[in-house]
Amino acid sequence: MNNKVVVNLENVSMKYHSLEGETPAINNISFKVNEGEFIGIVGPSGCGKTTILSLIAGLIKPTTGQVLVYGKKVQGPSTSVGYMLQQDHLFEWRNIMQNALLGLEIRGKVNEDSKRKVERLLETYGLGEFKKHYPDQLSGGMRQRAALIRTLAIDPKILLLDEPFSALDYQTRLVMSDEVSTIIRKEGKTALLVTHDISEAISMADRVIVLSERPATIKNIHEIQLTSEDNNPISRRQAPEFRQYFNAIWKELDVHV
Amino acid sequence: MYNRNSNNPISKEHAKYISKIKRNRLMVRFSQIAILLAFIALWELAARLNLIDAFITSQPSRIISTIKSLYQEGVLLMHVSITIYETIIGFVLGTMLGTVVAIILWWSEFAAKVADPYLVVLNSLPKVALGPIIIVWIGAGPFAIITMALLVSLIVTIITVLNGFMEVNPDKIKLLQTFGANKTQILKKVVLPASIPTIISAVKINVGMSWVGVIVGEFLVSKAGLGHLIVYGGQVFKLDLVMTSVFILSIAAALMYQFVAWLEKKFLKWQR
Repeated sequence: MNNKVVVNLENVSMKYHSLEGETPAINNISFKVNEGEFIGIVGPSGCGKTTILSLIAGLIKPTTGQVLVYGKKVQGPSTSVGYMLQQDHLFEWRNIMQNALLGLEIRGKVNEDSKRKVERLLETYGLGEFKKHYPDQLSGGMRQRAALIRTLAIDPKILLLDEPFSALDYQTRLVMSDEVSTIIRKEGKTALLVTHDISEAISMADRVIVLSERPATIKNIHEIQLTSEDNNPISRRQAPEFRQYFNAIWKELDVHV
Repeated sequence: MYNRNSNNPISKEHAKYISKIKRNRLMVRFSQIAILLAFIALWELAARLNLIDAFITSQPSRIISTIKSLYQEGVLLMHVSITIYETIIGFVLGTMLGTVVAIILWWSEFAAKVADPYLVVLNSLPKVALGPIIIVWIGAGPFAIITMALLVSLIVTIITVLNGFMEVNPDKIKLLQTFGANKTQILKKVVLPASIPTIISAVKINVGMSWVGVIVGEFLVSKAGLGHLIVYGGQVFKLDLVMTSVFILSIAAALMYQFVAWLEKKFLKWQR
């Protein structure tokens, strides 16, 4: 793995303002992501995980500090970053092909070439015969796959995944995290996955960043090294070190109910 | 579900179930028609046996002969088409203008906040009260009637459609923003298409609203149309004419509603 830094957060803080006052969401966060790396971000719910992704995506600007993507300060949504939300948000009034083309459409890049590319993606990932179907005719897992293809269609170098499996049932979730991580590694993308599911983070990521409660600071960063045969999440879950990571992160999260 | 796509022969239980549903549906339709026929028959019978005074209640056979004579005089189609024409123009204009205003208010949150109290007051004001003002300003004619119909449907359209716009899932908008969409694209790609069901339900309300506006308008000013026939018939005590007009009106209104329902089906084919 090369060590080219593609995402760089330097002393980033973010406050939200409302009439009731200001809420610090994240506080002085710094980390770097190398090209091709898979980063998992875990933290207590409502701690500002999504804020970090929104900053990298250029949807919001940090109060202090700076966010660099490929060495350039983030000024707004960029073509090199793709964002996958919690729900698939496929548009009911568009068929799967039209949904997958949405990002290209917004960027004015729909042409024969890009259409063929999207068709190929749909076929590669098992949605070829569902191109003309509408979202409500697909299962939850298929819909999430279609949403991933919609993100991949714009050919982002970096993928931001905001609890993309939380709306799925447990079995589908395991299968999908397996699929998605395989797809992301196969397509050679850099990825940041936000999740509250510790196992999901460990099984998918090369490094796991543990955040504190709001305002989020970085508690620890774990290099995940598992002695599993395959690099796919399901076999990674079988690795003997898996539980040690789980326990360490669990302790750091310090969950009280 | 599974029977829809497979070629399996339908099981006995399923066939039984289907025939039960079908029989039930048939019974409902039969009862509906029976009630209507019984009502008409009783009305006619009561009038013939002088149980009711047909001079003030009219009767089905008289309604039919009134329709015939109106037709022979060559005025039936004229009255009906004027009213339908005014209604269609009124509700199409009301829906379109209302949607345009709603888009403007969606675009500018500031404008929406400023307009809010005005919308609330205008919405609760009975638009019929503006009738005399419209006549003075616009003059007594079809244009005044269309304005009436427009006013009745406009405000409610603005409010309904704007609410629809506001209820579009913010994450759907966020999704477009991650692709770098601007406000026009957000409007065209998600807000408008997601609000089509709301707009169509506004159209459905507007059809009814416009009938109210047009008939009231015709009561006030017109020299033609079904509303005019009703008022005229009432003034000269020709209840046959009044009942006939109401009868035609209810059929026209029902047909127009069915037309909108058909449009809805056509546009919302993705909504199963």
